[in-house]
Order: sequence, then structure tokens, then C-alpha cells
Amino acid sequence: MEPLSNKRKVVDNKPLNFWERAYLPAIAQGLAITMKHFFRKPVTISYPEEKREFSENFRGMHSLKRDENGKERCTACGLCALSCPAEAITMTAAERQPGEENLYREEKYAAVYEINMLRCIFCGLCEEACPKEAIYLDGDIVPSDYLRKDFIYGKDKLVEAPLNP
Amino acid sequence: MKVTIDGISVEVPDGTSILNAARIIGGDIVPPAMCYYSKLAGSGGKCRTCLVKVSKGSEKDPRPMPKLVASCRTNVMDGMEVQNITSPEVIEARKGVVEMLLINHPLDCPICDQAGECQLQDLGFEHGAVKTRYEFDRRTFNRIDIGDKIQLHMTRCILCYRCVYVADQITDHRIHGILNRGDHSEISTYIQAAVDNDFSGNVIDVCPVGALTDKTFRFKNRVWFTKPVEAHRDCDHEKCKGEVTLWYKGDDVLRVTARKDVYGEVEDFICNTCRFDKKKTADWVIEGPRKVSHQSVISSNHYDFTPLPVVKTNLVLQEANKEQFERETRL
Repeated sequence: MEPLSNKRKVVDNKPLNFWERAYLPAIAQGLAITMKHFFRKPVTISYPEEKREFSENFRGMHSLKRDENGKERCTACGLCALSCPAEAITMTAAERQPGEENLYREEKYAAVYEINMLRCIFCGLCEEACPKEAIYLDGDIVPSDYLRKDFIYGKDKLVEAPLNP
Repeated sequence: MKVTIDGISVEVPDGTSILNAARIIGGDIVPPAMCYYSKLAGSGGKCRTCLVKVSKGSEKDPRPMPKLVASCRTNVMDGMEVQNITSPEVIEARKGVVEMLLINHPLDCPICDQAGECQLQDLGFEHGAVKTRYEFDRRTFNRIDIGDKIQLHMTRCILCYRCVYVADQITDHRIHGILNRGDHSEISTYIQAAVDNDFSGNVIDVCPVGALTDKTFRFKNRVWFTKPVEAHRDCDHEKCKGEVTLWYKGDDVLRVTARKDVYGEVEDFICNTCRFDKKKTADWVIEGPRKVSHQSVISSNHYDFTPLPVVKTNLVLQEANKEQFERETRL
């Protein structure tokens, strides 16, 4: 039969010569190859101490933004929860009381805002739906944990830190 | 009387308005109406969203009408020909009317409780421009409590007068009305006297925008997360039939409203006891889920359950299906 590739080799069962039988030169050659890799740049990084640079459109953990005066932007309109294909977002709205004007931007705010990070598929539709530019998926990779309930992130984990604490 | 609206002819009795003739035909050719309310005598003629073009006055006098007319206030003549959506002039005028209505209306649909079932929102979506040309501050008011169950936020009011007609015609004595004139006019109760009447809650249902809202439902939930269910009860009030829509979230009744037809008008006015005080499933006889147009945001993420054809003939499967349906669609 015609060979299909040029990689065909004819097997020869010649007896080994003295150097090949001695075994040690082959060991030395193998060790040399191993030693050479010690001085190369490693391809892995030690996550989480080191992190790779994310691409510009990377979508990570959600954050609820504050405006330029440090007020929460979210007004609990529910459009993120409506657009969410995984139904990961739930919220409860509350009315802003007099005296809380420096905390919340609109007259209604989210008293409870929860995202189930196990359900979330990081599609970014909530970000697109938000009319108040309040939610962005600009965070890190969601850290691992042991219990399912710890993946339901509330406002304590989602809202940005205040401007001047 | 024979009248032709957008090329569709219909026979209507004498004295019918063009808008009602269009509603007899139904479909896309019905002009939108923000202020006209078929259950309230004298309503209409304020908002101008129902403008139509009369291209032929009547059989006897075939001249077209010189200007666009408000279809809720113009009666039909024999042989009249009307253009609504087939006339670019009407569409353009309606766009202008929407822009006019939105001059003082705040664009805070994310906050407003009416969003999702708001006629002005639908109208703005269909006809409005993306941007506003208005550069001045919108007029703002403080919120007013009309009684302990109804809240009036005049900022959102478009002065359609519907609630005033309700107070005039449905309730016994009228306490609230329009104060001042022109640009300064506002809906108010005189010196904030509480509207205390068995039917006062109906002003919430007739309000086409979110100016009059239910305080027991205020900011509780968005309408599209609630599930509308038709229900009725034996109401003691002689004028109230007790036929309502319950808006469920989980097992809780968040809100009770009257049943609304395709034009957003209530079928029967309901009393305040039904509306505000009966918020338990035990109070009501459930009739079934309310039919919601698939284009409405209220029907989003609610899935219609249609069993396979084989299920319709097999009784065992039917029983199993019923159990599964009850398990999966908890009210």
C-alpha cells in the first residue's frame, strides 16, 4: 500500500552499540533537558496572590454604584431582575424618608438587593437594562466558598464603598 | 349611520362619537385616549391624543373638516370618512401631543408605581421622541395624602380630569377638584380635606398616569413581578359587584384593582372595602388567571401552560399534569 504520509519509518532491530548500552549518557541528556526548564519563564501564575490582567470587556462580580455625591444610584425599578435570564436578582424597594437624601438619590431605593452568584451567568443584561447606571459587572472573579447560602450576595457585598468614610 | 374609519365601514347609531365608532371596529385603528373615559359622562376633549382627520364630512356635505378633530368629542355623520393611522398628519400631530404631555411629566418611570400599566408610557413608547426639547425645570409639587389610602403626586399629573369626574359622579359629594388656571392648574382637595367616601379608591384606577396611587401598594413591588388573578366576593355595598383583579406575589395579595378592559377602563367600579381591606385569599372566590396581552410587560416571564395533545385524551396523564401544574404555579 502507498504510504499516506512521509512519516513512515522502517523498523530496524539492530543490536545497541556500547554507548547506548551504557545508559548513563541518555540519563544525562534527559536531565539536561529538565534542567533547562528551570531557567525558563514559568507559564503558570500563583493565583490568587498574582492575577492576570482582565480584558476590557471582562464581566466579573457586580457592584452597585454611587453617584458623584456618594448617594446610591439604584432605585429598585426591577428592570435588572426582569431582564435577568437566570432569575438571579431579587429586590425589595422602600421609600426614602426625610433626612435620608444624602444616602439615596431617588425617592425610592432598594432596601434589599440580592444576587445569587450561583445562578448568575454573567451575561451583563442587568447592566444593559439599568436606566440609572447603577449596576456594573466590573468586579473580580467571584471567590469560592463552602456553603450555597454564602453565594447570595446582599447589599453589604455589592454596594461600592462610600466616598469619604 | 355609516362611517368609514381607515377604510373600514361600520354602522353606528346616531350620536356616537368617532372614538366609540372606532372602538366598535376595534384593533389598531382605535385612537388612543388619555382623558376620555366611557364610564364617566362629560369626560374627554382635554388631552388631544385622540385627534383624527375627517377627510369627508358627510354624505350631504362631503367637504373635509378644516382641522384635525378630537374623536372623543366629535359625533359621526352619515357617510363620514375618517383617517387615523393611515394619515401621516395625524401621527405627526399625535407625536406633538405626546411631547406636550411630557413637558411637565417627570421621566421617572423606574420609580413610578404605574410603570408597566401606564397609558402615557405606552403612548410615549409608540409615538414619542427619544429626547425632550424642553430646557426648563419641570413643575414639581409635594406629595399630598388624600385620606390614608390614596396618595396624590401632582408632579406626574397630566390634568385629564378623570378623577374629578369620578368624585363628581361616582362618589356622593365632591371634595377635590382643580384649583387655579392654565399652567398653574392642579388637582387638589380643598385645604387637603380627606376624601372620605366608599368609592373614592376608584380615582386610582381611572388615573392614566401615576399621579394617584394606592398607598397600601406604594413601592411594594413592580407590577410585572405580580400575577393578576380574577376573583369576586359578595360585597355588602349595593353599588359594588365585588368583581376585581387580585395582584399576587407568592401567596400574598399585594393589590386589589377593578377589572380593566383593553382600553384600560374599569368594567365596574369597586368599593373601598374590596380595594383596601380584603387582602387575604380567604376573602375571595378565585376565578382564574387574568388574560394579559403577550405584548404587555406584565406577561413577561410568566409562561403559558399548554398540555401536549396526548394529555388531552388520557385521563391518568391529565390528573398527573394537574398535580404538576399546581405544584409549579403556586399562586
